[in-house]
Amino acid sequence: MDYSQFLALKQEIGLLIVFLLVFLNDTFASPKSAKAVPAIACIWMLALTCFGFCQASAPATEAFAGMYFTSPTIVAIKNILNVGVLIVLIQSVKWANSEFTAVRRGEFYELILLTLLGMYFMISSRHFLMFIIGLETASLPLCALVAFDKNRYESHEAAIKYVLTAVFSSAILLMGLSFVYGLCGTLYYEGIYLAVSSNFGVMMVIGLAFLIAGFGFKLSLVPFHLWTADVYQGAPTSVTSYLSVISKGSAAFAFLVVLTQVFGSIYSQAWEWMLYALIILTITIGNLFAMRQVNMKRFLAFSSISQAGYIMLAVIGNNAMGVSALMFYILVYVFSNLAAFGVIGAIENATGKVDMTDYNGLYKTNPRLSFTMMLAMFSLAGIPPFAGFFSKFFVFTGALNGTNSAALYVLVLIALINTIISLYYYLLVVKAMFINDSENPIATFRSACTERLGMWICVAGIIGLGIVSYVYDYLLTVVA
Amino acid sequence: MFSNILIYFVVIPLVMLLGLALCQNIKQIRAVAVVGSVALTALSVWLLIDYLGLRAAGVEDPMLYVDSWSWFAPLNINLAVGVDGISIAMLILTGFILITGSFASWEIPQPKEFFLWLVLLSTGVYGFFISIDLFTMFMFYEVALIPMYLLIGVWGSGNKNYSAMKLTLMLMGGSAFLMLGLIGIYYHSAPEGQPLTWNILEIVNNASISLGWQKFLFPMTFVGFGVLGAMFPFHTWSPDGHASAPTAVSMLHAGVLMKLGGYGCFRVAIYLMPQAANELAWIFIILTGISVVYGAFSACVQNDLKYINAYSSVSHCGLVLFAILMLNTTAMTGAIMQMLSHGLMTALFFALIGMIYGRTHTRDIREMGGMMQILPYLSVCYVIAGMASLGLPGLSGFVAEMTIFVGSFQHTDLFHRVFVIVACSSIVTTAVYILRVVGKLLYGPVYDEHHMTLTDAKWWERLSTATLIVCVAAIGCFPNFFADLIKFTFSPDIFKVLGLN
Repeated sequence: MDYSQFLALKQEIGLLIVFLLVFLNDTFASPKSAKAVPAIACIWMLALTCFGFCQASAPATEAFAGMYFTSPTIVAIKNILNVGVLIVLIQSVKWANSEFTAVRRGEFYELILLTLLGMYFMISSRHFLMFIIGLETASLPLCALVAFDKNRYESHEAAIKYVLTAVFSSAILLMGLSFVYGLCGTLYYEGIYLAVSSNFGVMMVIGLAFLIAGFGFKLSLVPFHLWTADVYQGAPTSVTSYLSVISKGSAAFAFLVVLTQVFGSIYSQAWEWMLYALIILTITIGNLFAMRQVNMKRFLAFSSISQAGYIMLAVIGNNAMGVSALMFYILVYVFSNLAAFGVIGAIENATGKVDMTDYNGLYKTNPRLSFTMMLAMFSLAGIPPFAGFFSKFFVFTGALNGTNSAALYVLVLIALINTIISLYYYLLVVKAMFINDSENPIATFRSACTERLGMWICVAGIIGLGIVSYVYDYLLTVVA
Repeated sequence: MFSNILIYFVVIPLVMLLGLALCQNIKQIRAVAVVGSVALTALSVWLLIDYLGLRAAGVEDPMLYVDSWSWFAPLNINLAVGVDGISIAMLILTGFILITGSFASWEIPQPKEFFLWLVLLSTGVYGFFISIDLFTMFMFYEVALIPMYLLIGVWGSGNKNYSAMKLTLMLMGGSAFLMLGLIGIYYHSAPEGQPLTWNILEIVNNASISLGWQKFLFPMTFVGFGVLGAMFPFHTWSPDGHASAPTAVSMLHAGVLMKLGGYGCFRVAIYLMPQAANELAWIFIILTGISVVYGAFSACVQNDLKYINAYSSVSHCGLVLFAILMLNTTAMTGAIMQMLSHGLMTALFFALIGMIYGRTHTRDIREMGGMMQILPYLSVCYVIAGMASLGLPGLSGFVAEMTIFVGSFQHTDLFHRVFVIVACSSIVTTAVYILRVVGKLLYGPVYDEHHMTLTDAKWWERLSTATLIVCVAAIGCFPNFFADLIKFTFSPDIFKVLGLN
């Protein structure tokens, strides 16, 4: 065996080292210095993120007989995930050091890093076996994370729901894969790509349907979304933010890779219309349910369902512009959603309140938090000049690139009309904070410096990503 | 980048935003607002003089001061600017309304946030009028819309939550259609194999949008902008929104923001897709014709001063779109004059209503009367605004409507004739509702004894209203000046490009 192949795995190895360092630090830290574990984990994560940026120009390489593959595109998406994880870790320092979680704060960081490792492998795999290993590595620690608040009943309920759905969806995915394997005789992406058109038939469509359903669960596309709201609500806020952003982002990218690079040749026969229906359902139903929510975490759960629909819109174009639009969308979504969760987390940590009615009159007592939340909401709704506007715009242009298909124009129109519905409920939050009056508003408080740091990063991202065209240009050159 | 004068129309508001953010007390805020808006107005007047000078020197490009800076290079998105007579007229209008609006909100509560949003709104408006790149144009358009939600929601009155949400969602709904239309235009903006573009001038030169696509994209963009132009049946946000909005916001919104609709319909929908405009105009002539008549009749039965004026705006803005759809020079000239005229006049109306409401705390005309005795200055202003609105010669309304109807009547077919006559009937209806208000509100006995103690306009109110009246009279007395300014845009060359007449 050629051991130099491991050099292709620089980022994975780096992550593994970070994981081990955090683990050792956590295990051998004296009770006194244990409080510093979260901060140290953040610093290591920062180092890893910087290391990832240094890898940006690394050439495309294969390793392990083509099972593992890395390219500038893949490095870029890993970097996006790194940034997201870094923000999540920074934002959770205060929560991790709080009374009830302090005993297991180390586990939180270790498990998060482990799931990230799984996602890395999932994204880099070019063989479905490797892919499944990555997927499971990412899913199982997440179940433990969802159950992290072990004193809370909802957390347990959420964990059970999550573990069952995760297992079930993996089973469905594997079922689909077995169909594909039976037809094509290989699990290599490239092998399937070559074999798929000549073996195209009903069985292939069924297999692909199972596969898409499996991904649908991971991405919480409607009608596979039913677990989302309960899990998001029950899980600790830091875990919810991680679930909604990182887990979703990596699954979306992996889905994109599978659809375009494995089944790209049967795009118009098989998966275009499946995805078409899924997108309409996901965006519309996610939006309609989001309107009625009162709990902020449930609210963001449904909002994230509809956002997943927009992410899929970038896939349906099946072109390079769509890929870069998807990556850009994920990046913007990371900043916007984490800003929202940052505010929710800060308020929850300070007062324990998570309902939208509790946010009434927040602007009068906590203007900065309200402002951050407003930016996040506007960005999620796609209001210029914030980053969300640009990411939505690029997704739409990506979907319509090089096509004159009336169906796609209709799809984009439906998505655009849905942005108005989504604007309605995002404005409800803004209304609660800025317009509504409250008898007993959330008292003025100062959030922890780590929370503020996390929010500052997000706000900078929300404002900067759209106006500074460099990031999108870079992603487009990476993809092309 | 900063050598181009146009960029300062965006830079100054941004500097104002920064200044407002640093302000400590209300005096500083007022100073920033007034200095900034005066600077913007001065800049636009200077631009006008320079523009006329260039035109006099024989420069015949459709747009002047054209410049372009690359933004998202792979998609060929640029920050492209350029103006013609119409844009300059709109820039001047915005400047004056911003100044008067600042004076009208002299004593607003939470001034810092209020002016921040107001200036953000005007950043969007200015950016929209100077852009000739569809993407940046659309972006500024949306920037101008969203502050409305908070301006109405926080500082509004009455059923403000409902109105603010309705207004925002309907306008954003329009922009959803618009966005699809714009993306569609982009993908058909150049012949096969040539780089696609968002630049309006390049799209016009390429003229590569096929008729089939035009027929799809024209309604998208026209409806998208038409919503903001209060086109029937998408006008319902306007009465509620204007009635709930605080004075300065009503002024800016009716005075300037609704013009974005008319301007956009012309600049994007008709300018880029003339053939489809020619073929599909009849649908929108019917719709805007209904706006004109329906708005006027609705205004007759309202009792709330702001509702009356809002419906009157629906009628007058409908006339703008109506005239644009006539697709000839005279009617278009009239449309632009009507935009200016309506902008100033309606701002004056809303300013006066705000001032009256601030004193009487009611806007119901049934509860007021005899204001001429109590508030002579404001009442006289109100009469002048009313006369301008019903088209008294010498004021702006007359010249604008006259030109529109003369231009529209140039179409000789029955359909156009019928609709022109129907639209003309709105002049009578306008007289009815204006005189009704003037009679009930200003003359007759004083209903409420508390009203006897009211005081007439303060200095900032006089300044604000007097400025607007001077402008209204100026358009009315020197229409040729404005007509010439505008006419240059509609030179025969442009109509050759449009493929009409």
